[in-house]
Amino acid sequence: MTLAELNLALPEIFVLSAACVVMLADLFISDERRGLTHLLAVLTLVFASILTLRVMLPPGEVLHAFSGTFVRDRFGDVLKVFSYLTLAAVFVYAKHYLRRFGLFKGEFYTLSLFALLGIMVMISSASMITVYLGLELLALSTYALVALDRDSRFGSEAAMKYFILGSLASGLLLYGMSLIYGATGSLELAVISQSLAAGVGDSMLLTFGLVFVVTGIAFKLGAVPFHMWVPDVYHGAPLAITLFIASVPKLAGLALAIRLLDNGLIGLHQDWQGMLVVLAALSLVLGNLLAIAQDNIKRMLAYSTIAHMGFMLLGILAGTPEGYAAAMFYAIAYAIMSAGAFAVVILVSSGDREADRLDDYKGLARRNPWHAFLMLMILFSLAGIPVFLGFFAKWQVIAASLQAGFVGLSVLAVLSAVVGAYYYLRIVKLMYFDAPEDSAPIPAPVDFRAMLSINGLAVLALGVFSGGLISLCVSAFA
Amino acid sequence: MLTLAHFITLGAVLFCISVAGIFLNRRNVLILLMCIELMLLAVNMNFVAFSRFLDNYDGQVFVFFILTVAAAEAAIGLAILVVLFRNRQSINVEDLADLKG
Repeated sequence: MTLAELNLALPEIFVLSAACVVMLADLFISDERRGLTHLLAVLTLVFASILTLRVMLPPGEVLHAFSGTFVRDRFGDVLKVFSYLTLAAVFVYAKHYLRRFGLFKGEFYTLSLFALLGIMVMISSASMITVYLGLELLALSTYALVALDRDSRFGSEAAMKYFILGSLASGLLLYGMSLIYGATGSLELAVISQSLAAGVGDSMLLTFGLVFVVTGIAFKLGAVPFHMWVPDVYHGAPLAITLFIASVPKLAGLALAIRLLDNGLIGLHQDWQGMLVVLAALSLVLGNLLAIAQDNIKRMLAYSTIAHMGFMLLGILAGTPEGYAAAMFYAIAYAIMSAGAFAVVILVSSGDREADRLDDYKGLARRNPWHAFLMLMILFSLAGIPVFLGFFAKWQVIAASLQAGFVGLSVLAVLSAVVGAYYYLRIVKLMYFDAPEDSAPIPAPVDFRAMLSINGLAVLALGVFSGGLISLCVSAFA
Repeated sequence: MLTLAHFITLGAVLFCISVAGIFLNRRNVLILLMCIELMLLAVNMNFVAFSRFLDNYDGQVFVFFILTVAAAEAAIGLAILVVLFRNRQSINVEDLADLKG
């Protein structure tokens, strides 16, 4: 272990130390001054961004460290910076919610920062050990976060379901890893890739291993038929936690898939491509159809997540740099849009309960015209209407899957996007054409409103000027 | 003479028992936690066997990490179980049905 290696992992080391500092400092901060913990957590993200951007690698350069368990490349750097940005937005939105529902405690920040560390380790993993450790650090922190509201019946049920199914997924993934280790004799993804290229390894062990690994990834992404946990966890968790789960970990899911399937198992591309096609098709169709049937907005957005993960898989299954870049663009776009959509749900939750019924959105345009307009843009973007970010994200992944020769799947994706537009536009109709039950404007703190405006406008701006973000994603795989 | 195939079969049998336990058990959440532990141990069995027969120590290093994570996982699982019991006075799997749709 040399100083240069430690320097490569500086962002991770910093986030780990800062998470410990936040945890300790919070013990000495009184309830009235809890804002300090929030400030410390946001500052952590700012400094982590500086540390990551300080040595942003040029396209194509890949550096390994710690006996081949850690990798630093442009893909990881870009994804990490977007993780910090999204988490910063989550912190600002969550503060407003946590304050009002009496959950404003230091645990939220400590656990979120540890989850972020898990995400960073996953993004930078070059060995199956680091993939697993990052994944578990993220998962264990998230299970605890879901149970943050200790007196909630729903919260504890959701946490238990998430824990059981999440651990099952980790177990399946690990079992697959053990078989792949047995077949190739290495845990390092780069070495596994070389062994596969050289034709080493028992093909039955490899096939079984691959099936388990893909199942584990599908569980973590929430792709059909491994999606059962998604709606229950989104519904049962406190809104601030749903907001977190629905945004930042999606970037980690993409990294998990790319590190394992591309960096490690690209030699088995033909095999995993077929499995991803089935997962993507089922997720697109069932996610969108089941979302229509929901009258709870948290469950509706959960099913919409499943459909969006289907779109992301379209990019990954192509197995080309263009496909990965499209999937990466999709994951970043989805994290931004999803954070914005849940922020509006937090805004509308002005009473003593969460505004999770669709009827709560009636007449929002008359109560808070600007926020209703931001929600309109975010929903248009999620539906994939042109000019907005979501349209270009869908365009890119569908183009990638067409290039890979999946015409039928691409047509299915377009059709399911049309079906999906129905339930997004239904909320727009409720906001703009129905009379509100209570016409008083909904108040919110300045930082919350500013962040929501930036988020909503980003969906428009990144759509109109999508070229910059797209070329950034393409350069990550150059 | 014990061969690699014996160990892999044992690992597979343990793994199948644990997965079956998770899906068939309709009574007690504690049993689910036990099944999850068993699943991780089945994986450890695989890693140790491969490591021994491939003469490569990476697998045994991984086993130490898995054991550590399993301990943390059990701690969090039991903590969630306590919260669940406080809120519902029951740890019956069939009672976990408030979230539906």
